Amino acid sequence: MDQTLPHSRSFSSPLHAVLLAFPVALYPAALVSDITYLNTAVIQWSNFSSWLIAGADLFAGIVLTWAVLSLFFGRATHMRRRGIAYHVVVAVMFVAGVTNAFQHARDGWHSVGTLGLALSVLCTVLALIAAFIAYGDANIRGGRT
Amino acid sequence: MIRIALLASVFALAACQSQSDPDLDQTGTLPDLPEQNDTLLPAMEIPTPAGWDGDLPTVPEGFTITAIAEDLKIPRQMLLLPNGDILVAEGSGGNAPAVRPKDVIAGLIKSRGKSSVEGGDRITLLRDQDGDGQTDLQTTFIDGLDAPYGLAFVDGALYVANQDNLVSFQYTEGATSIEGPGTELTKLPAVINHHWTKAMTASPDGSMLYVGIGSNSNIGERGMDVEEDRAVVWEIDRETGASRIFASGLRNPTALSFNPWTEQLWAVVNERDELGPQLVPDYLTSVREDAFYGWPYSYFGQNVDPRIRPQRPDLVAQAIVPDYALGSHVAALGLDFTSEGGLGGPFAEGAFVGQHGSWNRSDPSGYKVVFVPFRNGRPSGEPIDVATGFLKDGHARGRPVGVLFDEQRRALLIADDVSNTVWRISRQGGPTVLEEQ
Repeated sequence: MDQTLPHSRSFSSPLHAVLLAFPVALYPAALVSDITYLNTAVIQWSNFSSWLIAGADLFAGIVLTWAVLSLFFGRATHMRRRGIAYHVVVAVMFVAGVTNAFQHARDGWHSVGTLGLALSVLCTVLALIAAFIAYGDANIRGGRT
Repeated sequence: MIRIALLASVFALAACQSQSDPDLDQTGTLPDLPEQNDTLLPAMEIPTPAGWDGDLPTVPEGFTITAIAEDLKIPRQMLLLPNGDILVAEGSGGNAPAVRPKDVIAGLIKSRGKSSVEGGDRITLLRDQDGDGQTDLQTTFIDGLDAPYGLAFVDGALYVANQDNLVSFQYTEGATSIEGPGTELTKLPAVINHHWTKAMTASPDGSMLYVGIGSNSNIGERGMDVEEDRAVVWEIDRETGASRIFASGLRNPTALSFNPWTEQLWAVVNERDELGPQLVPDYLTSVREDAFYGWPYSYFGQNVDPRIRPQRPDLVAQAIVPDYALGSHVAALGLDFTSEGGLGGPFAEGAFVGQHGSWNRSDPSGYKVVFVPFRNGRPSGEPIDVATGFLKDGHARGRPVGVLFDEQRRALLIADDVSNTVWRISRQGGPTVLEEQ
């Protein structure tokens, strides 16, 4: 048995893909509605962002929990550099996302601001990076197995 | 490792909460206003309810306090009828939907500081038949109301401000109950009702009623469309029910009363939250006709609030500085002036102010009743504590709401919506002692 396979199996689970899909979809959506709020000052866009970030945070938390659990169940010793990077990216994404939820809980114009926009950009980028790490070489792996 | 990082971030958030500076003087005509500090996580301290266990609020030397009504259902404001009966409006209003995850969480947190009793939606009558200061009759006077708050009595008619309309009832001297639902004089702004209380008072000549209508948000975070006819005081013609905006920019005018020396309308107003533990002080002010008091664009004159867009420098320039600051987040909900020498001594001329107490600072403020001394119809000194001791060991045994100066019996009444009690403060030995002084 290839020693990297168990880790790859964790990534290739369809359930994992579904869970990671939420941050991948919702953080960029929040970024777009943040930009719209900053352009229009129509508060509903900030409200949309709040919910999008809350939803993204929820699933980011589950994805992170999955990653942490995989550390405790024998994957850690076999982790490659890719796995470590994935853990760090997901952890930072989650912390930034939760911070952004607090930022968006401020009232009125302060609900987005520079910090909110920066965190939305960061979460968007990290969600995409996490997806690329997890599934970037899916085709190669699929071809090999 | 990740858990430690998470914990660390929570502590970092908590550390963002600024502490109060005890050297700042936030009462009086020129309050110290610190820099704005809109932290990521607002400072919060919610003292949860606890029983009195036979204890009583603390009152000044020479005064005595007793409970004259208990087991009420969220008592708010009170009114003295000509025959000496006392009416107590009971209820809880508001139907603001949660539009953000924050609203859900903040609602849960703030509800921890409230009584678990359901609002009575009624008015209770208290009668002291023999004048001994004790209540001999406590009975439901009007039932089936909708979060009644403001009360006024003019020319044989009782006016009740529900959270959505203003109704009148014909009163017969000595009545102990009135059948509802009364006659509607006018609807009151009630969409969302983020701040639902409708404070009310009548002009000295009885021709006009004034109703305080609070804002539909802290600082416009529900959009300004829902702020039409909010954060204003309405003037309502008692005959026709016709209304107009008398003054605006008053975030949440929770109690109104006419200054007996100048015959001007005065109000206590609750100011905005989440700018730090010492912003913005709630205030007591005369309400000038057609004046703008700042909300949401600025506070205490020209201190601009950056959280509202688009900004309105034209309105900020017009904003009036309120007369007298009461302290930040004290949540002033009660106001009544003394008359005929008040409670004597330092409490002869001035205004009693009930302070429901704070949530938005780690060092709770309010949770007491104070007296603001007046001279020549204007505030003339620092507030003096009248009733304290509502907080004990981090718990709220009571939270003062409405206050009522009972001129006939020289007593101050305090409605308390956590212990569901009406308290009565008077001179030890009764009014005769006062007259001899």
